[in-house]
Amino acid sequence: MDFLLTSILDGLLLGFVYGLAAMGLTLIWGVMNVINLSHGPIISLGMFGVYLLFSGLGINPYVALIFVAIFGLLLGIVIYFVAVNRVINAPHLSTLLATFSVAMIITGLGTAVFSASPRNVDYSLGSFTLGSATIPINRIVAAALSMLITAGLYIYLRRTRSGRYIRAVANNRNAAELMGVPSVRILALSFGIGTMLATVAGGLIATLFPFTILAGGTYELKSFVIGVLGGLGNPVGALLGGLILGVLEGIIPTFMPATWVPVIEFILFVLILMVRPQGLFGAKKS
Amino acid sequence: MSSPNDTQLAATDTKTGLSAVLAQNAGSFVGLILPVAIILALTIWPTITGKDITRESIFTIMLSIALASSLNILLGYTGYVSFGHVVFFGLGGYVGFYLMAVQGWSLWLAMPMGGLAAGLLAFLLGKAILRLRGGYFALATIGVNEAMRAFINNFKPFGGPVGMTLNFQVYKDYGGAARALSLAFYILAALTLLIVIISYLVRTSKFGLGLLAIREDEDAAEVMGVVAPSAKTWAYVLSAILPGIIGVLFFFKNGSIEPVPAFRLNFSIEMIVMVMLGGQGTVLGPIIGGVGYQSLRGFLLTSPLFKNIQLAVAGALLLVIVLFVPAGLVGWLRNRFPALRRVLQ
Repeated sequence: MDFLLTSILDGLLLGFVYGLAAMGLTLIWGVMNVINLSHGPIISLGMFGVYLLFSGLGINPYVALIFVAIFGLLLGIVIYFVAVNRVINAPHLSTLLATFSVAMIITGLGTAVFSASPRNVDYSLGSFTLGSATIPINRIVAAALSMLITAGLYIYLRRTRSGRYIRAVANNRNAAELMGVPSVRILALSFGIGTMLATVAGGLIATLFPFTILAGGTYELKSFVIGVLGGLGNPVGALLGGLILGVLEGIIPTFMPATWVPVIEFILFVLILMVRPQGLFGAKKS
Repeated sequence: MSSPNDTQLAATDTKTGLSAVLAQNAGSFVGLILPVAIILALTIWPTITGKDITRESIFTIMLSIALASSLNILLGYTGYVSFGHVVFFGLGGYVGFYLMAVQGWSLWLAMPMGGLAAGLLAFLLGKAILRLRGGYFALATIGVNEAMRAFINNFKPFGGPVGMTLNFQVYKDYGGAARALSLAFYILAALTLLIVIISYLVRTSKFGLGLLAIREDEDAAEVMGVVAPSAKTWAYVLSAILPGIIGVLFFFKNGSIEPVPAFRLNFSIEMIVMVMLGGQGTVLGPIIGGVGYQSLRGFLLTSPLFKNIQLAVAGALLLVIVLFVPAGLVGWLRNRFPALRRVLQ
């Protein structure tokens, strides 16, 4: 029973970080109907950003996250203007392939520079014991920061002018344009925020697990599953989806081999797409 | 109110319409010449040069052409983006390999079974996920591929994560390993020719017109009498069978099968890139795309300048094509030189 509790708690904490990564994907989908296939490599870049700042310059990983976030935002805006803007109204295949080619470029350059050997950010805050459960403090901090960032995003989307613009463009791009919203700039900003969330999530994951330049791919697939669980385009749903996935990953290995986890995850993913493509939490389709 | 004049006009219209259709049909036979000529040239090339290494590189090109042409039936004609098409290659390969390695079947029987397994999966999936449109369908195909890979990874009869290997003795039945390699090449050539002809027949048939209509506007197509759900499902099945058969052949030649190479998502995406490069929705496009992509890849991998960043260079190239030449090479040529349309189908 205690073992189960630890697994659930572990999974929940990890779920917040998964949710943060998925939020980046789902925000971009919600605003511009683009499935960002460069999501995984961008998560990897976040991991390497924290790694380089920490091992190269000795900056605290959590401070390094700020620089990584700024980098992610700018990178996203550049990617938007280079690869997405021209095909934003084209059929889905174009944006899928455009973002995939960005993924190829990042992975190709990343592998050439960093090779595919595993790295880790050697920074531990010790662990925390609650009854019989032992939890690394890194995970608690990562979960807390993910929650904080989610709350920040929520307030930003509700309370600020540009946040409201983003929601307006997500709702109806033409109408927003008619109301004087500079839609291209808002789309670029949304893409930037989406990639920023991905890099920050990557940076947080780097403080928990070892990684390679290709590690982002796993989290990209998890983000798809989470995004679909929570309803693509629904940031709060993404957090809940992340928690569900985290708990599943915690519980399943307690009663069957851990290698079955992805089988269940992806079957769930396809089933939800078939039955409820708007997600478990029923985001309205704009 | 119709005056005699109108009727006459309508009659001339029908006539020109009819002759146009006839002319187009005659022209489309011309369209088959170039694809078949390319496949035949590739087939006899190794015999001319007499080098085994040439045959191996042409095997890769042929494989690309066959898979890209299969995918094109769904992607190019019907407009549904299957990101996980490799699942049919992998599943077919696994079923056929299991029959050969464990049950001792011959390659000739295992290949159709691989195709059958892939077709059956496509049929069931078609019923389930082809209702999804656009991005949702693409995501679902990725999910199906990943679920299948994760499942095979745990499936003991198929060897789990280590996969299966063929006993070397098996090749004796085909005249030794060297003969088996050469045999695999000619089987692949025949299959490639077959899929190209199927692709052409689909494109010029009423069924194919229905698919093209679905691609342009699914709702309008249904209003015009295209039974979209069944047309889409059959297009999906048709595009899955050949990859299933080829999977068996590929892993037979390979001698072993494992979950990761069998269900490599990037391989799916490479197929899409080839279709896009050559021109989606055309018979010739995937052929040009397959030859072009593999030649480019070969060049990048061996060039000292690009060797380390070949993936990035290929990505940049893909981006340029997606942004500026979305119709692919054949599509671009067709638009640029309308006179060539008969030849470039």
